[in-house]
Amino acid sequence: MSNATNIPRRIVEPKERPPQGAWMARVCLWVICATAIVPFVWMVSTSLKSADQATAYPVKWIPWPVQWHNYVELFESDRFNFLLWTRNTLLVELFTVTGVTISSAVVAYGFAKIKFRGRGVLFALMLSTMMIPFPVTMVAMFSIFRWLGDHTGMQWLGTFKPLCVPAWFGSAFNIFLLRQFFLTIPDELSEAARIDGCSELGIFFRVVLPLSRPALTVVALFAFMGTWNDFLGPQIYLQRPEQFTLALGLQNLQSQHGGTPWHTLMAASTLVIMPVLLLFFIAQKTFIEGIATTGMKG
Amino acid sequence: MAISRLERNNLLKGLAFISPWIVGFCVFTLLPISLSLYYSFCNFTLLQGPLYRGTENYQTINADPVFWKSLRVTAYFAIVALPMGMIIALSVAMLLNVKIRGMAIYRTIVYLPSLVPAVASAMLWLWLYNPKLGLINTVLSKLGVTNLPGWVADPDWAMPALVLMSFWGVGNTVIIYLAGLQDVPRELYEAAELDGAGTWAKIRHVTLPFISPVIFFNLIIAIIGSVQSYTTPAIMTPGGGPDRAAYFYTMRLYDQAFVFLKMGEASAMAWVQLFIVLALTGIAFWSSKKWVHYQGK
Repeated sequence: MSNATNIPRRIVEPKERPPQGAWMARVCLWVICATAIVPFVWMVSTSLKSADQATAYPVKWIPWPVQWHNYVELFESDRFNFLLWTRNTLLVELFTVTGVTISSAVVAYGFAKIKFRGRGVLFALMLSTMMIPFPVTMVAMFSIFRWLGDHTGMQWLGTFKPLCVPAWFGSAFNIFLLRQFFLTIPDELSEAARIDGCSELGIFFRVVLPLSRPALTVVALFAFMGTWNDFLGPQIYLQRPEQFTLALGLQNLQSQHGGTPWHTLMAASTLVIMPVLLLFFIAQKTFIEGIATTGMKG
Repeated sequence: MAISRLERNNLLKGLAFISPWIVGFCVFTLLPISLSLYYSFCNFTLLQGPLYRGTENYQTINADPVFWKSLRVTAYFAIVALPMGMIIALSVAMLLNVKIRGMAIYRTIVYLPSLVPAVASAMLWLWLYNPKLGLINTVLSKLGVTNLPGWVADPDWAMPALVLMSFWGVGNTVIIYLAGLQDVPRELYEAAELDGAGTWAKIRHVTLPFISPVIFFNLIIAIIGSVQSYTTPAIMTPGGGPDRAAYFYTMRLYDQAFVFLKMGEASAMAWVQLFIVLALTGIAFWSSKKWVHYQGK
């Protein structure tokens, strides 16, 4: 007790001296941040204007009266299938996010925790597949899915299957990320579980997975973003507008309807961006740490 | 005996765990790559099965000016946008590493644009670049510029426009650099200061060597990404825009395959693309021995 009272109450931190030229850095940052932010502001501002206001000169930043109607129209008008596209996207998300996360974790466990002959070679092979661009395989993938449609008694092209099924076979980048994380879990834990009679699957599910929640969240987030942003995949495999995902639908709004006014397009873009931004603000820390670690171990 | 049994056991267990990837690798990587190699030597239109034609497709694309145009466009983008993007990202990361108040907010704002899905950012920038009504030209005309560029609607400005907007999305790369910068031990800077090093010398001799693995990582990612650039130009300059000024390689590949149904030619293009990616990353890896310094190795 007496000891505790002797410790000075306030530990005076040495005051961080503002580095030389801090004001210059600050001015630069203001300019950079303004460049980053202005397009967003312009987008939201346009999305709340009427057609006349959107094309008016000089530019007015604050829309008045506010046209919330632009957003309502996207969901209610027969010309847009926004609700359907959202539903489609979420459906694809459901299968890809669970698929990528589960399968990548299983494979990463094999690469991280089981010592077997040829592991190094296979792991290097897996890493090297990250270099193969999707356009290189897309023609053949298309013909494979067409062949499957002719020989399995069910359609593949024009369904979500080509977008969802490959997700269940592990994705190289995420396997790599999870393996790096699993390696940091001490082997003593698995050994202890093994002595207690735990099977390899048991160790995976009961020891390693519960400890890996942060890494699994990162992988799920990346998988979500990947699917949300994907344009080329849906463009190749989906054919009818009822099946479109949001990315494809948004492009379709602009190119097909020709005369789609800018305020509607900006409202649609805002709607497509919003969930991603919300997700980011909810899981900001996970995001940043995930991205930061990807670079560290490369 | 016991050891070999354990080994066999582990081999089976290991293969069982990685089996999803092995199957996926065979079906979704090895098979399509081999198939497209085969197709690239065939006349294949989807309506009619692949017929062997030797190197005809490679000769056709070699003689096709549009193929070369698309290759040049992609090369231009890679040569201009990639190094500039890397330098901008690294400079911004260094700014974000200075100790000033409110840094968390600056970092968040810089990162935000890279979250925007490519389709949405293409839409947004089409509007910003709109020659008559867009914000950019409005501001330029206010500043007294009379000769306003038509941006993506102008063959001379389409590529610069795409390069410029690509810098808006560097946030992701910035964060990776920032993580690297934060790992540089302070003592190194202090030691350099004692030796009389100025700001530039510290960057040149402490920061850059220390974060060279991070630069290398970003370089590889950027190479792979820029060789296949597709979504942004496909939306902003459909068909390549005026005079095909921004007709990227992957756009040509897509059109050949899925618009003109020339699957054979498209497959030949796919193999050329694969070769280019492998060659470029190969060069990057080879050169890395000279400039990438790994800690403790």
